[in-house]
Amino acid sequence: MNDLRLPATAASEIPPLTFEAVAVSHRGQRLLGPLDLRLAGCRRTLVMGPNGAGKSLLLRLAHGLLAPGAGRVRWEGGAPRQAMVFQRPVLLRRTALENLTYALAVDGTPRGQRRPRAREALERFGLAALEKRPARVLSGGEQQRLALARAWLTRPEALFLDEPTAALDPAAIRAVEAAVLDFHRRGTRVVMTTHDLNQARRLADDVVLLFGGRLIEHTPAERFFAQPRTPEGQAFLRGELVW
Amino acid sequence: MTTSDNPFTTALALIAGMDPVLLGIVALSLQVSLTAVLIASLLALPLGAALALWRFPGRGVIIVTLNALMGLPPVVAGLTVYLLLSRAGPLGQFGLLFTPTAMVIAQVILILPIIAALTRQQIEELHGEYHDQLRSLGVSRPRMMPTLLWDARFSLLTVVLAGFGRASAEVGAVMIVGGNIDGVTRVMTTAIVLETSKGNLPLALGLGLVLLGLVLLVNAVAHLVGETARRRLG
Repeated sequence: MNDLRLPATAASEIPPLTFEAVAVSHRGQRLLGPLDLRLAGCRRTLVMGPNGAGKSLLLRLAHGLLAPGAGRVRWEGGAPRQAMVFQRPVLLRRTALENLTYALAVDGTPRGQRRPRAREALERFGLAALEKRPARVLSGGEQQRLALARAWLTRPEALFLDEPTAALDPAAIRAVEAAVLDFHRRGTRVVMTTHDLNQARRLADDVVLLFGGRLIEHTPAERFFAQPRTPEGQAFLRGELVW
Repeated sequence: MTTSDNPFTTALALIAGMDPVLLGIVALSLQVSLTAVLIASLLALPLGAALALWRFPGRGVIIVTLNALMGLPPVVAGLTVYLLLSRAGPLGQFGLLFTPTAMVIAQVILILPIIAALTRQQIEELHGEYHDQLRSLGVSRPRMMPTLLWDARFSLLTVVLAGFGRASAEVGAVMIVGGNIDGVTRVMTTAIVLETSKGNLPLALGLGLVLLGLVLLVNAVAHLVGETARRRLG
């Protein structure tokens, strides 16, 4: 599909996202930070770390769903078009097709273009046969693909995925990973959390490792998987980091 | 009206024979209560959704008031409307007292709080589930209102039916503001009260059976709609 073609310059134009001394607390307990982080270029960043490390918080802050308690989250040069895919997809109580046309309507797409574009996206994600089915009775994998199709339609420059494969079977995981690569090929910066080291090896350009709300390291993937800079990183790779 | 030995048999005969008096009363009841439900829903559904979506000073007071008004005694609602519509009252000039319109007004006052309060609960719950996704899609708050109302449509239908049940079954308010005038403002509940006190048990019982059947039907529909929605929409 010609969707994949994007001006070669687009990738470098995605505004960098910076976290400046960002911290989040709840009832006096520090959940995240203070941390500094800069995500630039059209890369696939995998955020890793044990449960409670602050991965989801980091993504919600980045996407603007959560305001930091301290510090600031800033897009250098203005926020780009962005989308987020959640671990449990939130789909409207409507058909698969209507879930997509709704997103297009919100986005200001003229009425006449919504259905054709939605159908195109359903086809791309292998859901064409299911367009009239209520979205919420689809299988977990189909629901996640529908959520990805919805994100695809909004043509995001940055895509955040919060453990999108945590509850899926291997076939569905492969479909999600293929979609992530498609997004990236189209010029979308991908920021994704995962528990799965092998998945991170398959997808990551660089790795952000969180532990106990602190940023342990932010390293290019090949270096991280060969020789992490920090003892925590080494322990994490050996599967020894205390959960 | 023939009096037989068994009022129950006579009541069934009245229903089966489509007795015109009985039919007229049932028709007026439905007309009044359905109009009241329609008007109350048009006001209460957006009101409930707005209360669920916006935080503003005085919101808590409104919610508590609505919740309290859910239990408003019908006679008090009737008395209030009576005072408003009576000749000396602020709205006396319209001459609405003892008309079906007055009964509609009284029933709207009775069921609006019910529909609004239950709508707020439903929409708030759904909003909790949708909130992050809708914000992620860039949906504005005013736009969330129709989205959430539509996605909660099946539970809201149950809410509206609950309002209809309350409207069609209450007697105090319509008695006071309607006056139970034969052929003009006589509805099922007021007729049952009157006929019972006159000793005309067959008509009272016949009306009672129709009313019971109606309430049963409404609840059956509500149940079916809920079940179907759960199965089909997940």
